[in-house]
Amino acid sequence: QGEGCRTVPLSGHVGFDSLPDQLVNKSVNHGFCFNILCVGETGLGKSTLMDTLFNTKFEGDTASHSQPGVQLKSSTYDLQESNVNLKLTIVSTVGFGDQINKEDSYKPIVEFIDAQFEAYLQEELKIKRVLHNYHDTRIHACLYFIAPTGHSLKSLDLVTMKKLDSKVNIIPIIAKSDAISKSELTKFKIKITSELVSNGVQIYQFPTDDESVAEINGTMNAHLPFAVIGSTEELKIGNKMMKARQYPWGTVQVENEAHCDFVKLREMLIRVNMEDLREQTHTRHYELYRRCKLEEMGFKDTDPDSKPFSLQETYEAKRNEFLGELQKKEEAMRQMFVQRVKEKEAELKEAEKELHEKFDRLKKLHQDEKKKLEDKKKSLDDEVNAFKQRKTAAELLQSQAQQAGGSQTLKRDKERK
Amino acid sequence: PHAGPVESKNEAAMSELVPEPRQKPVVPMKPMGINTSLLGYIGIDTIIEQMRKKTMKTGFDFNIMVVGQSGLGKSTLVNTLFKSQVSRKSSGWNREEKIPKTVEIKAIGHVIEEGGVKMKLTVIDTPGFGDQINNENCWEPIEKYINEQYEKFLKEEVNIARKKRIPDTRVHCCLYFISPTGHSLRPLDLEFMKHLSKVVNIIPVIAKADTMTLEEKTEFKQRVRKELEVNGIEFYPQKEFDEDLEDKTENDKIRQESMPFAVVGSDKEYQVNGKRVLGRKTPWGIIEVENLNHCEFALLRDFVIRTHLQDLKEVTHNIHYETYRAKRLNDNGGLPPMTVETEENHESNL
Repeated sequence: QGEGCRTVPLSGHVGFDSLPDQLVNKSVNHGFCFNILCVGETGLGKSTLMDTLFNTKFEGDTASHSQPGVQLKSSTYDLQESNVNLKLTIVSTVGFGDQINKEDSYKPIVEFIDAQFEAYLQEELKIKRVLHNYHDTRIHACLYFIAPTGHSLKSLDLVTMKKLDSKVNIIPIIAKSDAISKSELTKFKIKITSELVSNGVQIYQFPTDDESVAEINGTMNAHLPFAVIGSTEELKIGNKMMKARQYPWGTVQVENEAHCDFVKLREMLIRVNMEDLREQTHTRHYELYRRCKLEEMGFKDTDPDSKPFSLQETYEAKRNEFLGELQKKEEAMRQMFVQRVKEKEAELKEAEKELHEKFDRLKKLHQDEKKKLEDKKKSLDDEVNAFKQRKTAAELLQSQAQQAGGSQTLKRDKERK
Repeated sequence: PHAGPVESKNEAAMSELVPEPRQKPVVPMKPMGINTSLLGYIGIDTIIEQMRKKTMKTGFDFNIMVVGQSGLGKSTLVNTLFKSQVSRKSSGWNREEKIPKTVEIKAIGHVIEEGGVKMKLTVIDTPGFGDQINNENCWEPIEKYINEQYEKFLKEEVNIARKKRIPDTRVHCCLYFISPTGHSLRPLDLEFMKHLSKVVNIIPVIAKADTMTLEEKTEFKQRVRKELEVNGIEFYPQKEFDEDLEDKTENDKIRQESMPFAVVGSDKEYQVNGKRVLGRKTPWGIIEVENLNHCEFALLRDFVIRTHLQDLKEVTHNIHYETYRAKRLNDNGGLPPMTVETEENHESNL
């Protein structure tokens, strides 16, 4: 800011110190949204903790734990406090850690987080977009529930957190920490922190650059992971109603900092760093996702000669590529079509030829037959003629004979007379 | 109802660092939304403070453009608005300097601070506008400049590796200075506003309003409003962007009664009734710039700076910029000539 610009003194009250208020008022009118992802094995008290954090009983039937594989259940709630409207989305894993083979357990979680980034990216890339009215579903904070074994992190925890640390702000917490004694807890926290460090897992650090919160954030960073207890039951302690869990040997108070770190978690998550969590999600995790995705799709900022590409050029190139492919496909289709036509033509020609041959054959046959018949007819005619001749000759002979006989008869008659 | 002593101790500690803006209520909250009823204070409303602190740290950008013929008091007005010498006045020019042959665009940035809020103010001056004999298309360089800023922003936004905070040089507000002729708007005024109201927030301002009496002022304003309406010129605050009833009633009042603001600017102080006030001294009296009976400078200042500054930026970002972007991304095939020039200029400036 102010690169090359000189600072000019004001000679009176201008009034732009109301700018932050103007901005804040607009945001308040717009409403805020906050999305939390709870990752943890079944039975670690995820739902109870959410209820305790937000001082309410979130509706939701306890998830059925009989589904195969890891699933994610998401619910959105509208909360209002003073004039602040918060759209809170809580996503919980269901069935995490229940499988025999947990190699792929982290996958549905990573896919879910990526899907939210993808949806935002899609909206951002649209031509007609409505980003300022977009309901942001990207996960702003991931609470990772660690089982209170007291020893160390499970390998599932390490693998999952490693896969998630570049995609979301991870805040590890030790769940159901009333199962661990104070001394064990300290050792446990140290072990967890060292394991995270040695495995290179990047968990969310509360920001220490702003003087007003640097101190408290710095202290809190040292208390990670927070050991929490959740409870929505209120018990009378002294003369106040408090959230607590009652055991035969005593009562654990949720909001007692000597008993657990619940208050610290609430402070850090909601009252001090909610805005920072949202900002980190947008400027760090989302930008990383976007960069990787666009590079994957083939977009680059600079070409091999290190001259900056403009998006126009990239689009052009892609479009030409696409058109080229389209053309090739068209060509291929056309070729195929031509080929087919040729084949069919050849077939037809073959058939025609055959027909012609058949026709010729038949014709020949016919002619032969005809000739034969004619020959026969001729011979028959000859015979008939011959017969006629003989007949005529015979008749002639007969008539001659008759005449002779007749004349003889006449002679006899005359003689008689 | 809160928990006991532990909580309040923590809250006391917190209040030193994060001033709680409002009283924590004693009664449970009203249930809202999907089957949730809050049974105590959580602290969601602290997000307001968190956000406020963050914005104060990052600071604000504001870019204001002044357009009008020379001698209408543009620079003086901007200096009066921001109570500092942020604009070079023409009287400071060497009078032998020629009036520029074409419209020039001069952007000068300053950092001003008030009440812990840092603002980078850029004043974009347009010397030469309307000063030639033939003023045809003299708004084009201005339109080109505005679109160039949108283009710059768009280029940054589509980068793969983007900056955390994209530098915003887009023009958030354009003050158009109307000459106080008392008759009507000039054709140049109408042409300019018609073209530019589609790409930037225009706030028309009647300059040197001390040349008109109250009646002349009212009549002139009415006529100007009518002419703007007849010509379909949507000046800021645009009717179509009123978000809710509250906005609408507030803005309607401004649109139909106050605008265009008839202003007088001055950077000289005089003694009036024992107070030092900004004003102009004439033989017949002292015109007090910040006196609402004398001129509407205070209204303009409150409107632009104290109430609608953030809204000016948001309308620029959410509406004008988005319109530009959508158009840009829809154009397939040939690059518009302006872009080519920009790229060439950009390359040559590297």
